[in-house]
Amino acid sequence: MTLLEELGRFFPPGRLLHKPGELVPYESDALTAFRARPLAVVLPESHEEVVQAVRWCARHRIPYVARGSGTSLSGGSLPIDGGLLIGLNRMNKLLRLDPQERIAVVEPGFINLQVSNAAAPYGLYYAPDPSSQPVSTIGGNLAFNSGGAHCLKYGMTSNHVLGAKVVLPDGETVVLGSESLENTGPDWLGLFVGSEGLLGIATEITLRLLPKPETYHTVLAAYDALEKAGEAVAAVVASGLLPGAMEIMDSLAIEAAEAAVRAGYPREARALLIVELEGEAPQVEAEARYLDEVIRRSGAYEVRVAQSAEERLKIWKGRKAAFSAVGRLSPDYIVQDGVVPRSRLGQALSEIERLSARYGLRVANVFHAGDGNLHPLILYNGRVPGELERAEELAGEILRLCVALGGSITGEHGVGMEKKAYMPEMFSEADLEAMRRIRRALDPFELSNRGKMFPGGEAPALHQAGPHPLERAGIISRE
Amino acid sequence: MTVLHPTSPAEVQEAVRAHRRVLARGGGSKPALSTPAEGQTVLEMKGLSGVVEYDPGEYVLVAKAGTPLAQVEELLAQHGQYLPFDPPLAEQGATLGGTVAAGLSGPMRQRYGGVRDFILGVQFVDGEGQLVRAGGKVVKNAAGFDLPKLMVGSLGRLGLLTELAFKVFPYPKATATLQVAFPRLEEALEALYRLAGSPIELYALDLVPPATLTLRLGGLPEALPARLERLRAFVGRAGDLLEGEAEAQYWRNLKRLELGEGHLVKVALTPRQIPALEQALGSAPRRYMSAGHLLYLAWNHEPARLDALLRLQNLSGLVLKGPTHQARIGIDLEHTFGRRVAAALDPQGRFSPTPP
Ligand SMILES: Cc1cc2nc3c(=O)[nH]c(=O)nc-3n(C[C@H](O)[C@H](O)[C@H](O)COP(=O)(O)OP(=O)(O)OC[C@H]3O[C@@H](n4cnc5c(N)ncnc54)[C@H](O)[C@@H]3O)c2cc1C
Ligand SMILES: Cc1cc2nc3c(=O)[nH]c(=O)nc-3n(C[C@H](O)[C@H](O)[C@H](O)COP(=O)(O)OP(=O)(O)OC[C@H]3O[C@@H](n4cnc5c(N)ncnc54)[C@H](O)[C@@H]3O)c2cc1C
Repeated sequence: MTLLEELGRFFPPGRLLHKPGELVPYESDALTAFRARPLAVVLPESHEEVVQAVRWCARHRIPYVARGSGTSLSGGSLPIDGGLLIGLNRMNKLLRLDPQERIAVVEPGFINLQVSNAAAPYGLYYAPDPSSQPVSTIGGNLAFNSGGAHCLKYGMTSNHVLGAKVVLPDGETVVLGSESLENTGPDWLGLFVGSEGLLGIATEITLRLLPKPETYHTVLAAYDALEKAGEAVAAVVASGLLPGAMEIMDSLAIEAAEAAVRAGYPREARALLIVELEGEAPQVEAEARYLDEVIRRSGAYEVRVAQSAEERLKIWKGRKAAFSAVGRLSPDYIVQDGVVPRSRLGQALSEIERLSARYGLRVANVFHAGDGNLHPLILYNGRVPGELERAEELAGEILRLCVALGGSITGEHGVGMEKKAYMPEMFSEADLEAMRRIRRALDPFELSNRGKMFPGGEAPALHQAGPHPLERAGIISRE
Repeated sequence: MTVLHPTSPAEVQEAVRAHRRVLARGGGSKPALSTPAEGQTVLEMKGLSGVVEYDPGEYVLVAKAGTPLAQVEELLAQHGQYLPFDPPLAEQGATLGGTVAAGLSGPMRQRYGGVRDFILGVQFVDGEGQLVRAGGKVVKNAAGFDLPKLMVGSLGRLGLLTELAFKVFPYPKATATLQVAFPRLEEALEALYRLAGSPIELYALDLVPPATLTLRLGGLPEALPARLERLRAFVGRAGDLLEGEAEAQYWRNLKRLELGEGHLVKVALTPRQIPALEQALGSAPRRYMSAGHLLYLAWNHEPARLDALLRLQNLSGLVLKGPTHQARIGIDLEHTFGRRVAAALDPQGRFSPTPP
C-alpha cells in the first residue's frame, strides 16, 4: 500500500487532493512571494479525521501544515514541499452559543466575522477584529494571536479564547483551558495561542463574547504634518482617556483610500488621526468633551465628529480599505507590522521616511497608533529587476529599527516564514533554545509546521509578490 | 533548611545550578505555596527588587520580580495609573513574582481582565540555570511563544521569575460602589447574568453570599451620578451607596483577603456552578468576584474535605494560606501537554516539590 493509499482509507477522493492542478490553490498564503507544493491536501470534517491525518504524518514522519483560509501575511500557512496540508475550512460549524454564559464554541474553520454575526441578536460580539475578518478563520486567528484596531483596550485573540481541544503532533488529544476566565495552574492555553501551528492543531475552540458598547464617539482629525498627529496621540494618552481605537494614516495612504472608496477624507492632509471612544452613553459624552478639547489644542486644521452610525462607518471604511487601496498606487507591495514604544512613533516614522528615500521606494503608512503597531507598506514593481530584493531589504531595515527602538518585529501578523531570520534580533540564543525545547518536547520530529518561526532551515525561493487573490477580487482588505 | 538571597539574575542562575531542588519565595504572603518541602532550598527573591522602566505615556511598567506590589502600586498611583488585574495581598507584602506565579487577580479584573491579560514580558531562570527572556516591553507583540502567559499560575515550577513587564492603564478618576441585597440567591444570580451581558461597564461585579451584589462603577466624576441612576434602574433596586474615602477603604480592606479563619483558597469557576457550590460550602466565608468566575474562600476544616468537595463539583482550587501538603486541590488538571512543557523547561525536576 502506498502512502497515499493509506491516507485514502480515511479520506474519500473529494477530500484527498494530490493532482498538481488540485494543489495549486494551496501553494501559497497571502504572502504570495513564497510558494511550495505539498504532497497532498486533506480536508477533514471532524476531530477524528484530523487525528487520523496527524497520526499518518507521525507514523511516516511527514511534516504537515494546518490551514484555515490561507490569509497569513507572513507565510504561516505556506505548505511544506512534499508535506501534508490539512485544510480546516470544512470544519466550520458553530457548535454552541450560550448567550447567558457569553460563550461560543466553534470548529476551527468558523469565520471570525460570523461569530459576531451569530452573537449580535443577544447584544454580544466577538472583540478581535482583524481586517481579514470576513474570511479568516478562528483557527488561524488563534494560531497567530491576531489583532485588529481595538487591541489597546481589549487585547488580541489570546485575551478572548477560553479553551481549545488540541491534536498534538503525535495524535494525542488534550483540552486546554476551560470556560472560566480564571485558572489554578500554569496557563497552558496561553502558551498554545499564538504558537503559529507549531504545537498542534486546534479542532474545537471556546470563545468569550463581550456585550456590544452602548455608544461610540468617532473623531477624524486632519494635520499638516505627520508629527502633529503623533503628538496628538501622546496628548490623548496623557489626558488619561483610554480610547477603543487610535489610528493614523499618512498622505500616501489617504490618497489611495480616497481613490478607492471616497471616504470623503480631507485630501490635502499630511496625516489623518482617527480616535474612537466607546462605552456607556453618559461616560462617552463626558469623555468626548475632554477628547474634543485635546484634539482642538493638538493643531488639527480640520476636525470632524461622526454624527451618525453611517458617518462613523464611512470614516472606518477609508481606514479599512487603505491597505488594498495602496495596491492601486503600485503593482506590488510588502507590508510589515513592527511595533515601537508609542513615544518613539515620531522617530520611527522619520527614520522610515529616510530609508524610503535611500532605497528609492515609496512607503505608505497606516498604523495602530494607540499601541505603536506600524504597518509600513513598501511599494515596488516586481517586474523591475532587483526591486523585490530591494524592497525586502528595506523591510528588514524597518524591522531592525523597531527592535532597536525597544519594540517588536511583529504586532499581529506573526513570524511565520517571513520574519524568522529576524528572531535573533529580538531574542538571544538561550531564549530561542528554551522555545525550541518546548517545541521538541511536544513534537520531537518537528513535523507540525516545520521550518517556521525559528531561524535557520532553507527558505523557499522568492517569487514576485502581489495582492492575495481575495484582495484582487475586492473581498477583503488589509489593515 | 537552606535559604539563599540572590540579588541578581546571575546569582539565581548560580543557585539553580548548584542545588538539586529549589523553591522561590517572594515574601511569603501565600505561605501554603512558598513553604519549602524537605530538601528544597529556598530562594528568597526579594533581593531582586525595583522598577526597571516606567514611562506613563507607554502604559508599560517593567520591574524585577521581587518588587513588592505595594511599591509598584504607589508609583503607578502617582501618575494616575494602576495594574488593571487588581492583585490582592499588596498590604501583606506580596511581590510581583509571587502574584504572577500564583496567578492572582482581584475584584477589578472584571473591567479589563486578569494577570494573564496584562503580562507582556518575562525574564526567568529555567531548570538548567539558563536565563530566558520572552514577550516584550511594548503593549502589542506577537513574536515567539507566549511564555509570559505560561508563567501565570506556574507556582515556581516552570522557572524562577527575575523580571516582569506589564501593561498598565489609567485609573478611573472617580469610583462609586452600590451594594444591592436580593431576597434569594436565584434573584441575585439572575441580576448578575443580566448585568454581565449588558453594556454597563462595571469595575467590579461581586456576589457576596447569601445574595448581595457589590457593584463598582468607575469613570469621570461628572458622569457618575447619571450612571448610578441607570444602574439602579437596571437592577430595579436602590441599594446602598458607598462613596469617597469609605468606598476606597472598603476595597482596600477586601484585597487583604482576610475573609475568616482557616485556609485561604482560590477557586476558578463559572457562574453556572455557583448554585450547587453554595449548597455544598455551608458557612465558609467567601466571595465570588468577576461575575462569578473567581471565588476566594476561607476554609476552617481539613483541606482534604475541601479537595473532595471541589472534585464533586468538577472544580479546581489553590490553597494560598494555611498548613497543607498540597496547594492544588480539586480536580486534576494534569495532562500530556503540561507534563511535556514542564519537562522541557525543568528536565531535572529542580522546581518540583517532590523529587522525580
Ligand atoms: C487583507 C488582509 C488583511 C489582514 N488584516 C489583518 C489584521 O488586521 N490583523 C491581523 O492580525 N492579521 C491580519 N491579516 C493576517 C491574517 O488574516 C491573520 O493572520 C489570520 O488570523 C489568518 O487566518 P487564516 O484562517 O487565513 O489562517 P491561515 O493563513 O490559513 O493560517 C495561519 C496560521 O495558522 C495555522 N493554523 C490555521 N488553523 C489552525 C488550527 N486550527 N490549529 C492550529 N494552527 C492553525 C496555520 O498553520 C498558519 O500557521 C490580514 C491578512 C490579509 C490577507
Ligand atoms: C500576615 C502577614 C503579614 C506580613 N507582614 C509583613 C510586613 O509587615 N512587612 C513585610 O515586609 N512583609 C510582611 N509579610 C511577608 C510578606 O507578606 C511576603 O514577603 C509576601 O507575602 C510575598 O509573597 P508573595 O505574594 O510574593 O508570594 P509567595 O507566597 O512568596 O509565593 C507564592 C508562589 O509564587 C512562587 N514565587 C514567588 N516568587 C517567585 C519568583 N520570583 N519566581 C517564581 N516563582 C515565585 C512561590 O514559589 C510560590 O509558589 C507578611 C506576611 C504575612 C503572611
